[in-house]
Amino acid sequence: MEKIVCVLCPMGCKIKYSVEDGKIVSVEGNRCPRGLSYLEDELKEPKRIVPTSVKVVNGELPLASVKTSKPIPKRLIPEFMELVKQVQIEAPVKVGDVILKNVLETGADVVATRTVKRVNSA
Amino acid sequence: MKTDVLVIGAGAAGMAAAIAAAKRNLKVVIAERDEITGGILNQCIHNGFGLHYFREELTGPEYAERFREQLSRYAGAIDVLNDCHVLRLNRDRTALLVSPKNVFELEAKVVVYAAGARERPFGSLMIPGDRPSGIFTAGVAQRLMNIDNRKVGRKALIVGSGDIGMIMARRLTLEGIEVVGVVERLPYPGGLLRNVIQCLKDFNIPLYLSSTVVEVKGSERLEEVVVASVDEQFRPIPGTEKSFKVDTLVLSVGLIPQVEMLNGLVTLDKRTRGIACSNTGQSSNEWIFAAGNCTAVFDLVDYVTKEGERAGEYASRYVNGERFSLGVPIVPGENVMLTFPNYYNDVDDLTLYLRCKKPMEKALLKVGGFEKTFEDLIPSEMIVVKIPKQKLSNLDRIEVKLEEV
Ligand SMILES: Cc1cc2nc3c(=O)[nH]c(=O)nc-3n(C[C@H](O)[C@H](O)[C@H](O)COP(=O)(O)OP(=O)(O)OC[C@H]3O[C@@H](n4cnc5c(N)ncnc54)[C@H](O)[C@@H]3O)c2cc1C
Repeated sequence: MEKIVCVLCPMGCKIKYSVEDGKIVSVEGNRCPRGLSYLEDELKEPKRIVPTSVKVVNGELPLASVKTSKPIPKRLIPEFMELVKQVQIEAPVKVGDVILKNVLETGADVVATRTVKRVNSA
Repeated sequence: MKTDVLVIGAGAAGMAAAIAAAKRNLKVVIAERDEITGGILNQCIHNGFGLHYFREELTGPEYAERFREQLSRYAGAIDVLNDCHVLRLNRDRTALLVSPKNVFELEAKVVVYAAGARERPFGSLMIPGDRPSGIFTAGVAQRLMNIDNRKVGRKALIVGSGDIGMIMARRLTLEGIEVVGVVERLPYPGGLLRNVIQCLKDFNIPLYLSSTVVEVKGSERLEEVVVASVDEQFRPIPGTEKSFKVDTLVLSVGLIPQVEMLNGLVTLDKRTRGIACSNTGQSSNEWIFAAGNCTAVFDLVDYVTKEGERAGEYASRYVNGERFSLGVPIVPGENVMLTFPNYYNDVDDLTLYLRCKKPMEKALLKVGGFEKTFEDLIPSEMIVVKIPKQKLSNLDRIEVKLEEV
Protein backbone atom coordinates (compact mmCIF):
# COMPACT_ATOMS: atom_id res chain seq x y z
CA MET A 1 0.00 0.00 0.00
CA GLU A 2 1.15 3.53 -0.77
CA LYS A 3 0.85 6.32 1.75
CA ILE A 4 0.16 10.03 1.25
CA VAL A 5 -0.66 12.85 3.61
CA CYS A 6 -3.73 14.87 2.83
CA VAL A 7 -2.91 18.59 2.94
CA LEU A 8 -6.47 19.90 2.77
CA CYS A 9 -6.62 20.68 6.47
CA PRO A 10 -4.39 20.64 9.56
CA MET A 11 -5.62 17.17 10.55
CA GLY A 12 -3.19 15.86 7.92
CA CYS A 13 -4.72 12.38 7.57
CA LYS A 14 -2.26 9.75 6.49
CA ILE A 15 -4.10 8.01 3.68
CA LYS A 16 -3.10 4.49 2.73
CA TYR A 17 -4.20 3.35 -0.69
CA SER A 18 -3.46 0.96 -3.49
CA VAL A 19 -3.80 1.40 -7.22
CA GLU A 20 -4.31 -1.25 -9.87
CA ASP A 21 -4.31 -0.42 -13.59
CA GLY A 22 -4.56 3.27 -12.80
CA LYS A 23 -7.59 2.76 -10.57
CA ILE A 24 -7.77 3.22 -6.82
CA VAL A 25 -8.82 -0.11 -5.39
CA SER A 26 -8.55 0.51 -1.66
CA VAL A 27 -8.33 3.54 0.61
CA GLU A 28 -8.04 3.89 4.36
CA GLY A 29 -7.09 6.50 6.91
CA ASN A 30 -9.03 9.48 5.57
CA ARG A 31 -11.25 10.91 8.26
CA CYS A 32 -13.48 12.76 5.81
CA PRO A 33 -14.61 12.42 2.19
CA ARG A 34 -12.41 15.30 1.11
CA GLY A 35 -9.45 12.97 1.63
CA LEU A 36 -10.69 10.78 -1.17
CA SER A 37 -11.00 13.62 -3.66
CA TYR A 38 -7.57 14.83 -2.55
CA LEU A 39 -6.14 11.41 -3.31
CA GLU A 40 -7.81 11.27 -6.71
CA ASP A 41 -6.50 14.74 -7.59
CA GLU A 42 -3.05 13.92 -6.29
CA LEU A 43 -2.77 10.92 -8.60
CA LYS A 44 -4.13 12.78 -11.63
CA GLU A 45 -3.50 16.49 -11.22
CA PRO A 46 -2.27 17.79 -7.84
CA LYS A 47 -4.12 20.92 -6.77
CA ARG A 48 -3.64 23.48 -4.04
CA ILE A 49 -5.45 26.44 -2.55
CA VAL A 50 -3.17 29.43 -3.00
CA PRO A 51 -3.24 32.17 -0.35
CA THR A 52 -1.52 35.43 -1.30
CA SER A 53 -2.28 39.16 -1.52
CA VAL A 54 -3.15 41.82 -4.08
CA LYS A 55 -2.39 45.53 -4.16
CA VAL A 56 -5.02 47.95 -2.94
CA VAL A 57 -5.30 51.55 -4.10
CA ASN A 58 -6.54 54.17 -1.62
CA GLY A 59 -6.80 51.60 1.15
CA GLU A 60 -5.92 51.86 4.80
CA LEU A 61 -3.51 49.00 4.07
CA PRO A 62 -1.40 48.55 0.93
CA LEU A 63 -2.52 44.93 0.49
CA ALA A 64 -5.60 42.81 0.75
CA SER A 65 -5.00 39.16 1.43
CA VAL A 66 -6.76 36.78 -0.97
CA LYS A 67 -7.11 33.07 -1.63
CA THR A 68 -8.35 30.86 -4.43
CA SER A 69 -11.89 29.76 -3.66
CA LYS A 70 -10.87 26.18 -4.34
CA PRO A 71 -7.68 24.29 -5.13
CA ILE A 72 -6.09 25.06 -8.50
CA PRO A 73 -3.63 22.85 -10.41
CA LYS A 74 -0.21 23.03 -8.83
CA ARG A 75 1.48 23.49 -12.20
CA LEU A 76 -0.43 26.75 -12.71
CA ILE A 77 0.81 28.34 -9.48
CA PRO A 78 3.73 30.31 -11.06
CA GLU A 79 1.44 31.64 -13.79
CA PHE A 80 -1.19 32.44 -11.18
CA MET A 81 1.30 34.43 -9.12
CA GLU A 82 2.41 36.42 -12.20
CA LEU A 83 -1.20 37.28 -12.88
CA VAL A 84 -1.99 38.25 -9.30
CA LYS A 85 1.02 40.54 -9.23
CA GLN A 86 -0.59 42.70 -11.95
CA VAL A 87 -3.86 43.09 -10.07
CA GLN A 88 -4.73 46.35 -8.34
CA ILE A 89 -8.05 46.96 -6.71
CA GLU A 90 -9.66 50.09 -5.47
CA ALA A 91 -10.59 50.25 -1.78
CA PRO A 92 -12.89 49.52 -0.04
CA VAL A 93 -12.49 45.76 -0.12
CA LYS A 94 -14.70 43.44 1.88
CA VAL A 95 -13.90 39.95 3.02
CA GLY A 96 -15.45 37.56 0.48
CA ASP A 97 -15.32 40.02 -2.44
CA VAL A 98 -14.52 38.26 -5.69
CA ILE A 99 -11.39 39.87 -7.08
CA LEU A 100 -10.94 37.65 -10.17
CA LYS A 101 -13.49 35.24 -11.59
CA ASN A 102 -12.60 31.81 -12.93
CA VAL A 103 -8.91 32.52 -12.76
CA LEU A 104 -6.88 30.85 -15.56
CA GLU A 105 -10.00 28.88 -16.49
CA THR A 106 -9.61 26.77 -13.35
CA GLY A 107 -13.15 27.32 -12.11
CA ALA A 108 -11.71 28.95 -8.99
CA ASP A 109 -12.24 32.59 -8.11
CA VAL A 110 -9.81 34.80 -6.24
CA VAL A 111 -11.58 36.09 -3.15
CA ALA A 112 -10.56 38.68 -0.58
CA THR A 113 -9.81 37.34 2.89
CA ARG A 114 -9.47 40.74 4.53
CA THR A 115 -11.55 43.88 4.72
CA VAL A 116 -9.61 47.01 3.77
CA LYS A 117 -11.33 50.32 4.32
CA ARG A 118 -10.80 53.30 2.09
CA VAL A 119 -8.43 55.91 3.50
CA ASN A 120 -10.23 58.70 5.26
CA SER A 121 -13.52 56.87 5.39
CA ALA A 122 -15.00 55.80 8.67
CA MET B 1 -12.13 54.47 34.83
CA LYS B 2 -13.64 51.28 36.18
CA THR B 3 -14.70 48.00 34.63
CA ASP B 4 -15.66 44.49 35.65
CA VAL B 5 -13.24 42.69 33.35
CA LEU B 6 -10.05 44.00 31.82
CA VAL B 7 -8.78 41.87 28.95
CA ILE B 8 -5.16 42.51 28.01
CA GLY B 9 -4.47 41.69 24.36
CA ALA B 10 -7.01 41.29 21.57
CA GLY B 11 -5.68 38.25 19.76
CA ALA B 12 -7.74 35.10 19.40
CA ALA B 13 -7.64 34.44 23.15
CA GLY B 14 -8.51 37.94 24.27
CA MET B 15 -11.36 38.40 21.81
CA ALA B 16 -12.92 35.09 22.85
CA ALA B 17 -12.57 35.94 26.54
CA ALA B 18 -14.13 39.38 26.09
CA ILE B 19 -17.10 37.96 24.23
CA ALA B 20 -17.60 35.22 26.82
CA ALA B 21 -17.67 37.81 29.61
CA ALA B 22 -20.02 40.14 27.71
CA LYS B 23 -22.40 37.23 27.20
CA ARG B 24 -22.60 37.03 30.98
CA ASN B 25 -23.64 40.67 31.14
CA LEU B 26 -20.41 42.07 32.46
CA LYS B 27 -18.75 45.30 31.52
CA VAL B 28 -15.55 44.56 29.61
CA VAL B 29 -12.60 46.63 28.48
CA ILE B 30 -10.25 44.99 26.00
CA ALA B 31 -6.94 46.75 25.44
CA GLU B 32 -4.82 46.07 22.38
CA ARG B 33 -1.59 47.84 21.57
CA ASP B 34 -1.93 47.23 17.83
CA GLU B 35 -4.13 49.39 15.61
CA ILE B 36 -6.42 46.49 14.84
CA THR B 37 -7.67 43.57 16.87
CA GLY B 38 -6.83 39.99 15.92
CA GLY B 39 -3.23 39.63 17.02
CA ILE B 40 -0.98 37.34 15.04
CA LEU B 41 -3.92 36.15 12.92
CA ASN B 42 -3.88 39.34 10.85
CA GLN B 43 -0.53 38.58 9.30
CA CYS B 44 -1.08 34.83 8.81
CA ILE B 45 -2.70 35.02 5.39
CA HIS B 46 -2.34 31.28 4.79
CA ASN B 47 -5.24 28.92 5.28
CA GLY B 48 -5.37 26.44 8.15
CA PHE B 49 -7.48 28.19 10.75
CA GLY B 50 -10.85 27.39 12.22
CA LEU B 51 -11.36 23.83 11.16
CA HIS B 52 -12.35 22.68 14.63
CA TYR B 53 -14.16 25.79 15.71
CA PHE B 54 -16.03 26.76 12.54
CA ARG B 55 -15.82 23.42 10.72
CA GLU B 56 -14.42 25.20 7.72
CA GLU B 57 -10.96 26.23 6.76
CA LEU B 58 -10.20 29.93 6.93
CA THR B 59 -7.17 32.16 6.61
CA GLY B 60 -5.95 34.07 9.66
CA PRO B 61 -7.51 37.43 8.68
CA GLU B 62 -10.86 35.75 7.97
CA TYR B 63 -10.81 34.04 11.36
CA ALA B 64 -9.97 37.32 13.09
CA GLU B 65 -12.70 39.13 11.20
CA ARG B 66 -15.38 36.75 12.43
CA PHE B 67 -14.45 37.55 16.01
CA ARG B 68 -14.13 41.27 15.36
CA GLU B 69 -17.68 41.18 14.07
CA GLN B 70 -18.85 39.50 17.26
CA LEU B 71 -16.99 42.07 19.34
CA SER B 72 -18.85 44.82 17.54
CA ARG B 73 -22.15 43.08 18.24
CA TYR B 74 -21.45 43.51 21.95
CA ALA B 75 -20.39 47.12 21.50
CA GLY B 76 -22.51 48.20 24.47
CA ALA B 77 -20.79 45.83 26.85
CA ILE B 78 -17.29 45.65 25.39
CA ASP B 79 -15.12 48.70 25.08
CA VAL B 80 -12.39 47.94 22.52
CA LEU B 81 -9.34 50.12 23.03
CA ASN B 82 -6.98 49.87 20.08
CA ASP B 83 -3.57 51.50 19.94
CA CYS B 84 -3.60 51.10 23.69
CA HIS B 85 -0.72 49.50 25.54
CA VAL B 86 -1.14 48.14 29.04
CA LEU B 87 2.08 49.21 30.65
CA ARG B 88 1.65 47.92 34.16
CA LEU B 89 -0.64 45.83 36.29
CA ASN B 90 -0.69 46.61 40.01
CA ARG B 91 -1.48 44.48 43.05
CA ASP B 92 -4.52 46.62 43.83
CA ARG B 93 -6.16 45.50 40.54
CA THR B 94 -5.44 48.74 38.73
CA ALA B 95 -3.66 48.94 35.40
CA LEU B 96 -1.77 51.74 33.71
CA LEU B 97 -2.74 52.18 30.07
CA VAL B 98 -0.97 54.26 27.44
CA SER B 99 -2.35 55.39 24.11
CA PRO B 100 -1.28 58.19 21.75
CA LYS B 101 -4.05 60.31 23.22
CA ASN B 102 -3.64 59.74 26.93
CA VAL B 103 -2.23 57.83 29.85
CA PHE B 104 -4.81 56.61 32.32
CA GLU B 105 -5.57 54.21 35.11
CA LEU B 106 -8.22 51.55 34.95
CA GLU B 107 -9.60 49.62 37.87
CA ALA B 108 -10.90 46.11 37.23
CA LYS B 109 -12.50 43.38 39.33
CA VAL B 110 -10.76 40.72 37.34
CA VAL B 111 -8.11 40.60 34.61
CA VAL B 112 -7.87 38.19 31.70
CA TYR B 113 -4.31 38.31 30.49
CA ALA B 114 -3.99 37.28 26.82
CA ALA B 115 -0.77 38.86 25.60
CA GLY B 116 0.29 36.02 23.30
CA ALA B 117 3.86 34.95 22.67
CA ARG B 118 6.93 36.55 21.17
CA GLU B 119 9.52 35.06 18.88
CA ARG B 120 12.89 33.87 20.01
CA PRO B 121 15.25 36.45 18.54
CA PHE B 122 18.51 35.96 16.64
CA GLY B 123 20.52 37.13 19.65
CA SER B 124 19.38 34.18 21.71
CA LEU B 125 20.99 31.69 19.32
CA MET B 126 24.56 32.75 20.05
CA ILE B 127 25.63 32.31 16.43
CA PRO B 128 29.19 33.51 15.84
CA GLY B 129 29.99 35.96 13.07
CA ASP B 130 28.92 39.37 11.85
CA ARG B 131 25.69 41.22 12.58
CA PRO B 132 24.66 42.52 9.17
CA SER B 133 21.17 43.50 8.06
CA GLY B 134 19.03 40.90 6.34
CA ILE B 135 18.33 38.73 9.37
CA PHE B 136 14.66 38.56 10.34
CA THR B 137 12.47 36.55 12.61
CA ALA B 138 9.71 34.80 10.67
CA GLY B 139 7.02 36.94 12.24
CA VAL B 140 8.74 40.17 11.31
CA ALA B 141 9.32 38.97 7.73
CA GLN B 142 5.71 37.86 7.57
CA ARG B 143 4.42 41.18 8.77
CA LEU B 144 6.63 43.13 6.35
CA MET B 145 5.47 41.07 3.39
CA ASN B 146 1.85 40.39 4.20
CA ILE B 147 0.81 43.67 5.74
CA ASP B 148 3.32 46.34 4.73
CA ASN B 149 3.97 45.06 1.17
CA ARG B 150 7.76 44.98 1.46
CA LYS B 151 10.06 42.40 -0.02
CA VAL B 152 12.62 41.23 2.51
CA GLY B 153 15.39 40.13 0.14
CA ARG B 154 16.32 38.14 -2.97
CA LYS B 155 17.78 34.87 -1.81
CA ALA B 156 17.03 33.38 1.56
CA LEU B 157 17.81 30.58 3.97
CA ILE B 158 15.36 29.61 6.68
CA VAL B 159 16.26 28.30 10.11
CA GLY B 160 13.68 26.14 11.84
CA SER B 161 11.27 23.70 10.23
CA GLY B 162 8.27 24.33 12.44
CA ASP B 163 5.06 25.24 10.68
CA ILE B 164 5.93 28.91 10.73
CA GLY B 165 9.32 28.34 9.10
CA MET B 166 7.86 26.15 6.39
CA ILE B 167 4.97 28.49 5.69
CA MET B 168 7.46 31.32 5.32
CA ALA B 169 9.50 29.23 2.88
CA ARG B 170 6.43 28.99 0.67
CA ARG B 171 5.50 32.63 1.11
CA LEU B 172 8.96 33.85 0.14
CA THR B 173 9.01 31.54 -2.88
CA LEU B 174 5.60 32.71 -4.08
CA GLU B 175 6.80 36.30 -3.76
CA GLY B 176 9.73 35.56 -6.03
CA ILE B 177 12.44 35.19 -3.41
CA GLU B 178 14.66 32.16 -3.96
CA VAL B 179 14.67 29.94 -0.87
CA VAL B 180 17.81 27.81 -0.87
CA GLY B 181 16.79 25.63 2.04
CA VAL B 182 15.35 25.13 5.47
CA VAL B 183 17.77 24.17 8.23
CA GLU B 184 16.56 22.09 11.18
CA ARG B 185 18.65 20.83 14.07
CA LEU B 186 16.31 17.95 14.90
CA PRO B 187 16.54 14.71 12.88
CA TYR B 188 12.89 15.15 11.81
CA PRO B 189 10.83 18.12 10.59
CA GLY B 190 9.48 20.30 13.37
CA GLY B 191 6.07 21.00 11.89
CA LEU B 192 3.12 19.21 10.34
CA LEU B 193 3.68 16.77 7.47
CA ARG B 194 1.06 18.70 5.56
CA ASN B 195 3.38 21.69 5.54
CA VAL B 196 6.42 19.62 4.58
CA ILE B 197 4.45 18.68 1.48
CA GLN B 198 2.64 21.85 0.49
CA CYS B 199 5.30 24.31 1.56
CA LEU B 200 8.59 22.53 0.82
CA LYS B 201 8.11 19.54 -1.50
CA ASP B 202 5.71 21.42 -3.79
CA PHE B 203 8.43 24.00 -4.43
CA ASN B 204 11.46 21.69 -4.29
CA ILE B 205 12.90 23.46 -1.28
CA PRO B 206 15.54 21.27 0.41
CA LEU B 207 15.21 20.49 4.10
CA TYR B 208 18.52 20.03 5.92
CA LEU B 209 17.83 17.94 9.02
CA SER B 210 20.27 17.55 11.92
CA SER B 211 21.89 20.81 10.83
CA THR B 212 22.46 24.22 12.28
CA VAL B 213 23.85 27.64 11.40
CA VAL B 214 27.40 28.02 12.66
CA GLU B 215 28.33 31.39 11.23
CA VAL B 216 26.86 34.43 9.51
CA LYS B 217 29.00 36.71 7.35
CA GLY B 218 28.40 40.10 5.75
CA SER B 219 29.64 43.64 6.14
CA GLU B 220 26.44 45.66 5.67
CA ARG B 221 23.93 43.23 4.27
CA LEU B 222 24.09 39.50 4.92
CA GLU B 223 26.27 37.73 2.34
CA GLU B 224 26.88 34.20 3.51
CA VAL B 225 25.55 31.69 6.00
CA VAL B 226 27.54 28.64 7.06
CA VAL B 227 25.60 25.53 8.01
CA ALA B 228 26.97 22.36 9.60
CA SER B 229 25.59 18.98 10.60
CA VAL B 230 25.08 18.37 14.31
CA ASP B 231 25.48 15.35 16.56
CA GLU B 232 22.86 14.10 18.97
CA GLN B 233 23.66 16.83 21.48
CA PHE B 234 23.19 19.41 18.70
CA ARG B 235 26.94 20.10 18.62
CA PRO B 236 28.21 21.06 15.14
CA ILE B 237 30.40 18.36 13.57
CA PRO B 238 33.66 19.87 12.28
CA GLY B 239 34.28 19.32 8.58
CA THR B 240 30.61 19.18 7.62
CA GLU B 241 30.25 22.90 6.89
CA LYS B 242 28.34 24.04 3.82
CA SER B 243 28.15 27.63 2.67
CA PHE B 244 25.08 29.41 1.32
CA LYS B 245 25.41 32.75 -0.44
CA VAL B 246 22.21 34.48 0.65
CA ASP B 247 21.19 38.01 1.52
CA THR B 248 18.40 36.98 3.86
CA LEU B 249 18.14 34.71 6.87
CA VAL B 250 14.71 34.01 8.31
CA LEU B 251 14.56 32.55 11.79
CA SER B 252 11.71 30.51 13.06
CA VAL B 253 13.12 29.01 16.20
CA GLY B 254 10.28 29.09 18.62
CA LEU B 255 7.80 31.21 20.48
CA ILE B 256 8.05 32.19 24.12
CA PRO B 257 4.97 33.11 26.15
CA GLN B 258 4.92 36.82 26.90
CA VAL B 259 4.74 37.02 30.67
CA GLU B 260 6.95 39.90 31.82
CA MET B 261 4.10 42.14 32.91
CA LEU B 262 2.95 39.57 35.43
CA ASN B 263 6.38 38.98 36.98
CA GLY B 264 5.94 38.82 40.72
CA LEU B 265 2.15 38.64 40.42
CA VAL B 266 1.68 35.03 39.32
CA THR B 267 3.51 31.71 39.21
CA LEU B 268 5.02 30.56 35.91
CA ASP B 269 5.34 27.00 34.68
CA LYS B 270 8.89 25.73 34.13
CA ARG B 271 8.08 23.69 31.02
CA THR B 272 5.67 25.90 29.10
CA ARG B 273 7.47 29.04 30.36
CA GLY B 274 4.01 30.54 30.44
CA ILE B 275 1.58 31.52 33.16
CA ALA B 276 0.66 28.51 35.24
CA CYS B 277 -3.12 28.07 35.14
CA SER B 278 -5.86 25.86 36.36
CA ASN B 279 -8.40 24.36 33.98
CA THR B 280 -10.53 27.39 34.80
CA GLY B 281 -7.90 29.68 33.30
CA GLN B 282 -7.17 31.04 36.75
CA SER B 283 -3.56 31.79 37.69
CA SER B 284 -1.98 31.47 41.14
CA ASN B 285 -3.35 34.96 41.80
CA GLU B 286 -7.10 34.60 42.13
CA TRP B 287 -8.10 37.73 40.19
CA ILE B 288 -5.76 37.11 37.25
CA PHE B 289 -6.93 34.69 34.59
CA ALA B 290 -4.92 33.95 31.45
CA ALA B 291 -5.41 32.29 28.09
CA GLY B 292 -3.72 31.61 24.78
CA ASN B 293 -0.07 31.64 23.90
CA CYS B 294 0.95 33.48 27.06
CA THR B 295 0.07 30.32 29.01
CA ALA B 296 1.47 27.70 26.63
CA VAL B 297 2.19 27.89 22.92
CA PHE B 298 -0.73 26.27 21.12
CA ASP B 299 -0.64 24.72 17.63
CA LEU B 300 -4.08 25.77 16.56
CA VAL B 301 -6.01 28.95 17.00
CA ASP B 302 -9.14 26.87 17.60
CA TYR B 303 -7.67 25.69 20.91
CA VAL B 304 -6.70 29.23 21.82
CA THR B 305 -10.26 30.40 21.20
CA LYS B 306 -11.65 27.63 23.42
CA GLU B 307 -9.22 28.48 26.21
CA GLY B 308 -10.07 32.17 25.84
CA GLU B 309 -13.78 31.39 26.20
CA ARG B 310 -13.08 29.27 29.23
CA ALA B 311 -11.01 31.98 30.93
CA GLY B 312 -13.71 34.54 30.09
CA GLU B 313 -16.39 32.34 31.58
CA TYR B 314 -14.63 31.59 34.86
CA ALA B 315 -13.40 35.17 35.21
CA SER B 316 -17.06 36.23 34.94
CA ARG B 317 -18.14 33.71 37.53
CA TYR B 318 -15.41 35.06 39.78
CA VAL B 319 -16.76 38.60 39.37
CA ASN B 320 -20.18 37.23 40.27
CA GLY B 321 -18.86 35.95 43.57
CA GLU B 322 -17.83 32.36 42.90
CA ARG B 323 -14.47 31.32 44.29
CA PHE B 324 -12.30 28.56 42.86
CA SER B 325 -9.34 26.78 44.31
CA LEU B 326 -6.39 26.32 41.99
CA GLY B 327 -6.76 22.57 42.34
CA VAL B 328 -4.24 19.74 42.23
CA PRO B 329 -1.06 19.97 40.17
CA ILE B 330 -0.85 18.27 36.78
CA VAL B 331 2.68 17.08 36.11
CA PRO B 332 4.35 15.70 32.98
CA GLY B 333 5.63 12.15 33.45
CA GLU B 334 7.24 9.58 31.17
CA ASN B 335 7.72 10.76 27.55
CA VAL B 336 5.73 13.92 28.14
CA MET B 337 7.42 17.24 27.46
CA LEU B 338 4.73 19.56 28.72
CA THR B 339 1.11 19.71 29.73
CA PHE B 340 -1.51 22.39 29.94
CA PRO B 341 -3.34 23.31 32.16
CA ASN B 342 -1.00 23.07 35.11
CA TYR B 343 -3.64 22.53 37.81
CA TYR B 344 -6.96 20.76 37.89
CA ASN B 345 -10.07 21.85 39.78
CA ASP B 346 -12.99 19.45 39.57
CA VAL B 347 -15.62 22.10 38.74
CA ASP B 348 -15.48 20.64 35.25
CA ASP B 349 -14.06 17.87 33.07
CA LEU B 350 -10.48 18.35 32.00
CA THR B 351 -9.43 19.36 28.50
CA LEU B 352 -5.78 18.37 28.59
CA TYR B 353 -3.16 19.52 26.08
CA LEU B 354 0.20 17.82 25.94
CA ARG B 355 3.28 17.37 23.82
CA CYS B 356 5.33 14.19 23.68
CA LYS B 357 9.09 14.27 24.11
CA LYS B 358 10.05 12.34 20.99
CA PRO B 359 8.31 10.89 17.92
CA MET B 360 6.39 7.72 18.89
CA GLU B 361 4.60 5.25 16.66
CA LYS B 362 2.08 4.14 19.21
CA ALA B 363 1.63 5.19 22.81
CA LEU B 364 -0.79 4.70 25.66
CA LEU B 365 -1.75 7.92 27.41
CA LYS B 366 -2.37 7.47 31.15
CA VAL B 367 -3.90 10.23 33.26
CA GLY B 368 -5.36 9.18 36.61
CA GLY B 369 -7.93 6.51 35.77
CA PHE B 370 -8.03 7.49 32.12
CA GLU B 371 -6.29 5.64 29.28
CA LYS B 372 -6.25 6.16 25.53
CA THR B 373 -4.04 4.95 22.71
CA PHE B 374 -2.54 7.34 20.18
CA GLU B 375 -0.65 6.70 16.95
CA ASP B 376 2.02 8.60 15.04
CA LEU B 377 2.89 11.10 17.74
CA ILE B 378 5.36 13.91 17.13
CA PRO B 379 6.37 16.65 19.58
CA SER B 380 5.23 19.42 17.24
CA GLU B 381 1.68 18.12 17.16
CA MET B 382 -0.20 18.86 20.35
CA ILE B 383 -2.38 16.09 21.72
CA VAL B 384 -5.75 17.21 23.03
CA VAL B 385 -8.01 14.96 25.09
CA LYS B 386 -11.09 15.50 27.13
CA ILE B 387 -11.00 13.59 30.40
CA PRO B 388 -14.20 13.15 32.42
CA LYS B 389 -13.93 14.32 36.00
CA GLN B 390 -14.89 10.91 37.37
CA LYS B 391 -11.56 9.61 36.12
CA LEU B 392 -9.70 12.22 38.13
CA SER B 393 -11.39 12.07 41.51
CA ASN B 394 -9.46 11.67 44.76
CA LEU B 395 -6.06 12.43 43.29
CA ASP B 396 -3.74 14.86 45.00
CA ARG B 397 -1.50 15.05 41.98
CA ILE B 398 -2.21 14.16 38.37
CA GLU B 399 0.64 12.60 36.46
CA VAL B 400 0.47 12.45 32.66
CA LYS B 401 2.34 9.55 31.06
CA LEU B 402 2.83 8.20 27.56
CA GLU B 403 3.84 4.55 27.58
CA GLU B 404 5.29 3.17 24.38
CA VAL B 405 3.28 0.15 23.17
C1 LIG C 1 3.23 32.48 12.01
C2 LIG C 1 2.14 31.67 12.67
C3 LIG C 1 1.40 30.77 11.93
C4 LIG C 1 0.33 30.06 12.51
N1 LIG C 1 -0.40 29.20 11.74
C5 LIG C 1 -1.53 28.61 12.26
C6 LIG C 1 -2.40 27.81 11.46
O1 LIG C 1 -2.15 27.56 10.27
N2 LIG C 1 -3.54 27.30 12.02
C7 LIG C 1 -3.85 27.57 13.33
O2 LIG C 1 -4.91 27.13 13.81
N3 LIG C 1 -3.01 28.27 14.12
C8 LIG C 1 -1.87 28.81 13.61
N4 LIG C 1 -1.06 29.57 14.42
C9 LIG C 1 -1.35 29.64 15.85
C10 LIG C 1 -2.42 30.67 16.24
O3 LIG C 1 -2.53 31.65 15.24
C11 LIG C 1 -2.03 31.33 17.51
O4 LIG C 1 -1.80 30.33 18.46
C12 LIG C 1 -3.12 32.25 18.07
O5 LIG C 1 -3.59 33.14 17.10
C13 LIG C 1 -2.57 32.98 19.26
O6 LIG C 1 -3.53 33.82 19.82
P1 LIG C 1 -3.25 34.64 21.16
O7 LIG C 1 -4.47 35.44 21.39
O8 LIG C 1 -2.79 33.75 22.23
O9 LIG C 1 -2.00 35.56 20.85
P2 LIG C 1 -1.75 36.78 19.83
O10 LIG C 1 -2.43 36.60 18.55
O11 LIG C 1 -0.27 36.97 19.83
O12 LIG C 1 -2.43 38.01 20.56
C14 LIG C 1 -1.88 38.69 21.65
C15 LIG C 1 -2.25 40.15 21.52
O13 LIG C 1 -1.93 40.83 22.72
C16 LIG C 1 -1.45 42.10 22.41
N5 LIG C 1 -0.67 42.56 23.55
C17 LIG C 1 0.39 41.95 24.13
N6 LIG C 1 0.83 42.65 25.17
C18 LIG C 1 0.02 43.73 25.30
C19 LIG C 1 -0.03 44.84 26.19
N7 LIG C 1 0.83 44.96 27.19
N8 LIG C 1 -1.00 45.78 26.01
C20 LIG C 1 -1.89 45.65 24.98
N9 LIG C 1 -1.89 44.64 24.11
C21 LIG C 1 -0.94 43.68 24.26
C22 LIG C 1 -0.64 41.87 21.16
O14 LIG C 1 -0.46 43.06 20.40
C23 LIG C 1 -1.50 40.85 20.41
O15 LIG C 1 -2.41 41.44 19.53
C24 LIG C 1 0.04 30.26 13.87
C25 LIG C 1 0.81 31.13 14.65
C26 LIG C 1 1.86 31.83 14.06
C27 LIG C 1 2.69 32.76 14.93
